[in-house]
Formats: sequence, C-alpha cells, structure tokens
Amino acid sequence: MAAPAPAAAAAFDLPEFDERVGARKRTGLVLATLLFLSTLVGVLVLLTLMVDVFVKGLPWLDGQFLNSYPSRLPIRAGIKSAIVGSLWTMGLTAVLAVPIGIASAVFLEEYAPRGWFFRLIQTNIANLAGVPSVLYGILGLAVFVRFFGLGRSLMAGSITMALLILPVLIISTQEALRAVPSGLRESAYALGATRWQVVWSHLLPVAAPGILTGVILSLSRAIGETAPLIMIGAASFVAFLPESVMDSFTVMPIQIFNWTARPQIEFQGLAAAAIVVLMVLLFAMNLSAILLRNYFERHRAR
Amino acid sequence: MPDAPNPGPSFGDLGTEEAIREEAENLQNAEKEPEHLSEQGRPTPGGPPDRTATPNPKIQVQDVSFWYGAKQVLKDITMDVPPNQVTAFIGPSGCGKSTLLRCLNRMNELIPESRLTGHILIDGQDIYEGADPVMVRRRIGMVFQKPNPFPKSIYQNVAWGAKINGFKGNMDEHVEHCLRQAALWDEVKDRLKEQAYSLSGGQQQRLCIARTLAVKPDVVLMDEPASALDPIATAKLEETILDLKKVYTIIIVTHNMQQASRISDETAFFYLGELVELNKTVELFTRPKNPRTEDYITGRFG
Repeated sequence: MAAPAPAAAAAFDLPEFDERVGARKRTGLVLATLLFLSTLVGVLVLLTLMVDVFVKGLPWLDGQFLNSYPSRLPIRAGIKSAIVGSLWTMGLTAVLAVPIGIASAVFLEEYAPRGWFFRLIQTNIANLAGVPSVLYGILGLAVFVRFFGLGRSLMAGSITMALLILPVLIISTQEALRAVPSGLRESAYALGATRWQVVWSHLLPVAAPGILTGVILSLSRAIGETAPLIMIGAASFVAFLPESVMDSFTVMPIQIFNWTARPQIEFQGLAAAAIVVLMVLLFAMNLSAILLRNYFERHRAR
Repeated sequence: MPDAPNPGPSFGDLGTEEAIREEAENLQNAEKEPEHLSEQGRPTPGGPPDRTATPNPKIQVQDVSFWYGAKQVLKDITMDVPPNQVTAFIGPSGCGKSTLLRCLNRMNELIPESRLTGHILIDGQDIYEGADPVMVRRRIGMVFQKPNPFPKSIYQNVAWGAKINGFKGNMDEHVEHCLRQAALWDEVKDRLKEQAYSLSGGQQQRLCIARTLAVKPDVVLMDEPASALDPIATAKLEETILDLKKVYTIIIVTHNMQQASRISDETAFFYLGELVELNKTVELFTRPKNPRTEDYITGRFG
C-alpha cells in the first residue's frame, strides 16, 4: 500500500471531531463480551441439566422401560402408558386446536373490520396467552370434566390443552399472515379475486411455513404442560393403554412429576430416563417442523 | 381518528363500501360548492381544465374527492379518459396521481379510514354505485410499481386470474396469447414451469402485465411500472404498452416526463391533489397553458 499523501491525511484530520477510535472500540469489545457471557449462562445451565439427566437416566433407559407400565417396583416400572397418553393428547389437541386456531387467525387478520370490537378481541387473545396454565386446568375441571361429564378422560384433557394453546396458535398465525407482502394481496385483489380466493391461493400457501412453526411450538408447549392435566385429574398410575378418547390417561410430565416425588433413589433414575424420552420426543417434533417448513418453502411454487 | 398509528395495510374494510357510498352521497348533497375557489394559477375555475371534450369517453371522473382519514388528497377531480389511448398522469410525489389511479379500480377501498366522494363511470356505468368491486377490478386491471409476481410458476401466474374468474377456454392457448401480448412469450416459452422469481425485473413486470391481461380487462392501469427497471427493460415495456393500446385503454402514472411524452396520447398534470391541466401530450409539453405545468415540465420545481 502506498503511503497516503500528506494532503489527503490532512483532509481527514478534522479539528471539530474528537474521534477516540480506541475508546469506542474498547466499549464495543466490553459489550460484546457481556453479550457472549449472557449467552453462556443459558447454555451452561442447559448443558448441566442435560448431563445430569443423561447420567442418571441412561442406565434405566432400555426396551423394558419403554415397554412397561408403571409399577411400585422400580425394576419393573416403565413409561409405556405415559408415552401413549402423551401422543394421544398431542394428536387430539392438534386436531381440535389447529383448524380452529388457523380459522380464527384468518378471520381476524383478513375479514374482521377494524374497530373497537376487533381491538377488544385482539387484546383478550394476547392476555389469554399469558394466563397461567393451571387456570386452564381449573376451567377444564369445572367445564369439561364436571359440567359436560367427560370425566377424567383423554377428551377432557385434550380440549383443555387445545384451549391452552389456542391463543398462541392464533397470534403466531396472524403474525405469519401479516408477514405476507402486501403487494401479493393487492395484485391478487386487482385481478378480481374474492377475499377467500386471495386467502386460499396466496396467503395460506405463503404463510404456511410460519403457521407450521407456530403449530409445532404450541404443540411442544402442550406436550410439556403438567399443571392443567393434574388439575383435571389425569391419573399418575395407569396400567393400561387408552382405547378410546373417553378413557383415563396419563402423560409423561405427570409420570415424571410422580416419580421425582418418591423418596427412593431408583425412582429418581426412572424420572431422569423419562425426561430423556420426553426431550427426544420434543426434539423429533421440532425437527419434523423444520423439515416440513423447508418442504413447504421449496414446493409452494407449484 | 381514534387510532392514530395505522397498523399497516389492512383489508378489513371491503365490506363497508356501502357506508362509504352513503357517506359520499350525503357529503355531496351537503356541501355542494357553489363555485370553485378561484385560486392563483388555476386556469379554468368551475370545470374540467382545458381540452376539447372527448366524444366517447371510456372513463369519466366526476367531481371526485378522496380522503385518507382527515387528509384530503384529491380535490374535485373531473376528467374524461378516451378509449384506446395512453393517458399519462404526471406530477410531483404526493400530488394524488397514484391515489386517483387506485380509485379507478377501487383498490383504494383496501385502505381503512379512507373516503371517496363523486362518481367514476366506465362506459357510462358507475363503478361505485351498485357495482361489485370484484367485477370492477376484473374489468379494470392494474400493474404495480414494483414487479410483484405470485410465488408460483410463470404459467400459474398468468393462469390463476383467469381460473378464479371462471375461464372456460383452452388455458394453454390463453396463457400463450397473454404472454405474447405482453411481449414475453419468446423469452419464457421453454420455461413456463419455472418460478416467476427466476425472471429478471423487466421480465417480471411484463409477466405482471400478462397476468393482468389474462382476465380480459378493458382498461389497464399502470402505477409507475418502469420505476424499478433499467433503461433497456423500460424501452421494452414502453414498446409493449404502445402495442397494447390498440386493444386496451391505458392509464400510466409516471415520474418520467420523457416517458410520458414518448408513450402517451394525453397527459394530465396533478399538483397538490388537483388536476391542473389535461391536454394532448404534445400540446401539454410544448404549449402548457398553466404556469405551474410549465414550471413542472421544465424542471423548475417538483
């Protein structure tokens, strides 16, 4: 590099600026370090938990564990009914919540006239998303278990879970619809499309990846929830598999909660093993969400 | 206005067109101005600015005023647009030319808190009173400033509008015909299944024209269609427009006065929401009658 000409150097030397490049860069470095350390806190806590759970749980994790019902003898106890119960709950919750959630979001975002009523509903949905889950459990107990007489069944639990995740589902779907470029809406309307034609042919396909992310995230929340299901009285000792939606059931978080409450050290190991299974299931769900999203992003052209 | 920050474009208000119309009528009856204010520089108070009357106007704009919330952006516009010609709307940013264009196919209704008074007639038929916006938009197509093809294949981009409007003929032939009209066929005939986004900007804009033509409109509105294109793509687009006017009535909003003088038969100059001058393009550019028109086309303000 050629040395800068003295004249050019002088041009950069402006007396009204005290540039303090060194000090500014130091400030930046300090802040970047702080940001990194903050991230590290989360990662370290997570790693510690994972290592702890794996070390305690892996010895218990075998075919027998996955294939047995709960037992008061640790050596014979397993998580089969909880896994099946969790899958049933998830599936039913999804079937109940996803269509209603997407439909509500489409209505609110594309049809509902803007006004005080719209804002009232919108605010309420946002608030409902923040209501403690145990309150949904109380509601489920009063309304579905008792009033509608569904008992402590899969159905009652799933409806309660569906209510629990609806607000999040609606809000995330609305966000996904809002993220569709307005030029797309306009050009579709300009061709003489009706509102439904615009929604069906353009908005939903383009928003599908975002909607899907919301669906999976809210279902992931549902699979980990314990409190509402304890409230509505999902059993902790279920030695059979549910055969219909009216059967009683248990889910993994409840089984884990139950085992950790026992004094014997063996049950702590069983709980850890169940946590591993739960994490694997969650991971699988998130992975499938990503794969599905990528698929949609690639194929929405057709 | 109860809600000050507009939450972005929303399409919730198509249903209230009745209310808009009613209000428009009330307003018209209530505040009929006896005379137009004779402002400085306004050439012909009380009537449409200079031009010999159009014998068979395709579009008649009668006393149209338009508000975004409390802000009036169009003031008593009255003008005729002749058939099978290119009419250019020119004027500085914010003068209302794009707004008027959007009023011509009722795209303005997609903006909440907007209001229109006056009448717009196409072939003598009111497009607001007793008309369905969906039908109006099919008859009066629109090409937007930014090329905004659908995230679908080239073929689907053209076919979609025809399909949703119940096109019954041979779709392949129709798509080819529209792409030929938009002077794009030779460039895309071997890649119809490809993503529209794989085309260049200029090709995308001509695809948007083909898409608009596919629903067989009478009138094609173009809102600065060349502003995002390079000079070569612009030249191609202008050629296409000149070709199209044999079949369609075209209105083009442009900031480029050379473009207006190259392709338009008539030019309308807008300033601060008013139609200042409307005349044969040659006349308007060589012998402007209004000092403000002259200032603008000679670049003395704007």
